[in-house]
Amino acid sequence: MSSAPDVNTARIGRRKAVTRQPGVPEAPKAAQSLGARIAARAGGGVMRVFLVLVALFWLMPTIGLLLSSLRDPQDIAATGWWKIFTAPSELTFENYQRLLDNSTITGSLGSTIMITVPSTVLVVVIGSFAGYAFAWMEFPGRDWLFLLVVGLLVVPVQVALIPVSELFGAIGIFETTLGVVLFHTAFGLPFAIFLLRNFFAEIPRELLEAARLDGAGEIRLFTRVVMPLGGPAIASLGIFQFLWVWNDMLVALIFADSESPPITVALQQQVRQFGNNIDVLAPGAFVSMVIPLAVFFAFQRQFVSGVMAGAVK
Amino acid sequence: MTGTRRVVAAVFLLPALVLLGALVLYPIGYSVYRSFFDQAGTGFAGFDNYEALFTDDTILTAVKNNAIWVVFAPTVATALGLIFAVLTERIRWGTAFKLIVFMPMAISMLAAGIIFRLVYDQAPERGVANAVAVSVHDTFNESAGFPKARPLPVHPLEKAAGGTFVSKEPIRAGEPLRVPLVGVAPAKMPGDARPATVTPTPPGDRISGTAWLDFTRGGGGKPNVVDPEELGLKGLKVEAVKDGEVIATATAGADGVFTLPASADGAQLRLPADNFREPYNGVDWLGPSLVTPGIIGSYVWMWAGFAMVLIAAGLAGLPRELLEAARVDGANEWQVFRRITVPMLAPVLAVVLVTLMINVLKVFDLVFIIAPGSSQDDANVLALQLYRSSFGTDADLGIGSAIAVLLLLLVIPVMLVNIRRIRKEGRR
Repeated sequence: MSSAPDVNTARIGRRKAVTRQPGVPEAPKAAQSLGARIAARAGGGVMRVFLVLVALFWLMPTIGLLLSSLRDPQDIAATGWWKIFTAPSELTFENYQRLLDNSTITGSLGSTIMITVPSTVLVVVIGSFAGYAFAWMEFPGRDWLFLLVVGLLVVPVQVALIPVSELFGAIGIFETTLGVVLFHTAFGLPFAIFLLRNFFAEIPRELLEAARLDGAGEIRLFTRVVMPLGGPAIASLGIFQFLWVWNDMLVALIFADSESPPITVALQQQVRQFGNNIDVLAPGAFVSMVIPLAVFFAFQRQFVSGVMAGAVK
Repeated sequence: MTGTRRVVAAVFLLPALVLLGALVLYPIGYSVYRSFFDQAGTGFAGFDNYEALFTDDTILTAVKNNAIWVVFAPTVATALGLIFAVLTERIRWGTAFKLIVFMPMAISMLAAGIIFRLVYDQAPERGVANAVAVSVHDTFNESAGFPKARPLPVHPLEKAAGGTFVSKEPIRAGEPLRVPLVGVAPAKMPGDARPATVTPTPPGDRISGTAWLDFTRGGGGKPNVVDPEELGLKGLKVEAVKDGEVIATATAGADGVFTLPASADGAQLRLPADNFREPYNGVDWLGPSLVTPGIIGSYVWMWAGFAMVLIAAGLAGLPRELLEAARVDGANEWQVFRRITVPMLAPVLAVVLVTLMINVLKVFDLVFIIAPGSSQDDANVLALQLYRSSFGTDADLGIGSAIAVLLLLLVIPVMLVNIRRIRKEGRR
């Protein structure tokens, strides 16, 4: 629906900061009566207040969870997190301490990494190979194969849960890390191929022709010319896939080893067993959020361009 | 085209095609095939499983809820995204605002679920949504005081109709009225209640009385007597009733004292039911009727940022001259927005809406985590039902596969649109 955006310019902020000279009104004065100008000023004030309120409203749930995770379990049971502001009780890292002493949770973080990193690497590598082939190689059926891949962009994972669990059961990788990694890789591929093929296709033909004339074979061309040029797109794809897999719960719930599940499944088990024990869930949720948020803030631009290209995934 | 070239192309493509074939394409075929067989997988079931989607109550609820989701979640998220994108365009800290609203996209639906479990916590002292609901409610309605208060048999009061208590004897001028009650937990007493006092009846025209908690902590008090340390029931309302008409009312002070006019002589003393109503406890956000809107709210919190960022990118691409020209021609901001901005953004808005619709079809984690076990059936959605039918107790893979095929059918139009667009673009 949206063609792949220019990966270099996508970001949350404006593309070009449109700086206004202070004191220069937006529209020629002649077109605005004094009343209209006053109304516009007042409207601007109301708008700013509204946006501040919205921002606070959007932050509040997360702040509530963060503050709850830093409170004593008894305080959590008795009062809401906002009591911190009126009657500052002792904030404590004890919940985190207890959580990190809990081998299930620490083990689950390890499992999450063991699933996320290989899935991301595999999608990038396999997707690059295929993307390059679709962009620059001649072979029969290339176009319709690519259209098939585009068609697979929107296939819901739900379609594959039953068949793949039976398939994995038959070949003995049901409830293993390998199975989860393969599943995530397969479902990450259509987007990866789509994104990278479009990006590689932008590489000037002359560049590739010149390298070919210098006697570079396809493999050399791919590793020395195409991959380095594909950096931005590959980064976007990697970030996007990383967050996607890190945050997944459903696939892991079904295909991961239930003895050593990733963090999302481990926390989900906590919810199922104990309901609202916020003293475990709040720090747990925060521990699971730390890496995604760090990645998000560090690689905003790549994430946004990945999201944009992934619209209608 | 040489042979080696073909071999190289095949090598480049092979891993991707094998994975896609085995884990995406083959499952599509298998799901379709399996959906026509019964629970055991041996008997041909025809369209029975598909029929069950629209006849089985639990699944039908899921279908209906999914329809609600698809209609409301994308439109609300897109509308908010549009508003935020347009408003932040000319604000210096617009980028910071966008970061805040976009941030929830980076976290897992599970974490968002836990966050909103806390927000929607039923207890007003813990859940922020109900804390707000209760404080708003109590601003307009006084909260009730003593939900479990009651008289003892030896007390001069007895239970009457409609949750009220009445005096056994009529009111007599000249002697202080006694209104003793028990059954209020010390923690629930008004913070500023003071030890009750008995004021001798003022001479002449007025009748005074004392309403108090006839209970001494640690024991030792006498029933029907205002012992030291027994607290006044501050805020308790009393009425004097003659022939079914309320002729006077009074409210007990911090020391439990209230006064009635002389005309109350001979009337019956009544404690209205308002005194004993359970205090307002907020809204049952995760109960049967509100659970779906509640979870949709959490989804909007997560995805409005997505809509905002995409729409903002679209806005940045609009020709500024056009907007300025309209302003110079005297169009006000609203007209510019309605007549120029929105129509020109239509393609972007469509992309955002369709993306969110597809995303919403598959919503699972949020419902799975936020809906408590008791509301799970009321909050049911297709992806959750598919999970329950496939991997829950008493699994029926026929039904599970039919739901999978239904989800696939629903996204096929988008699939075709995508393919057509790429074909148009891709003639290099």
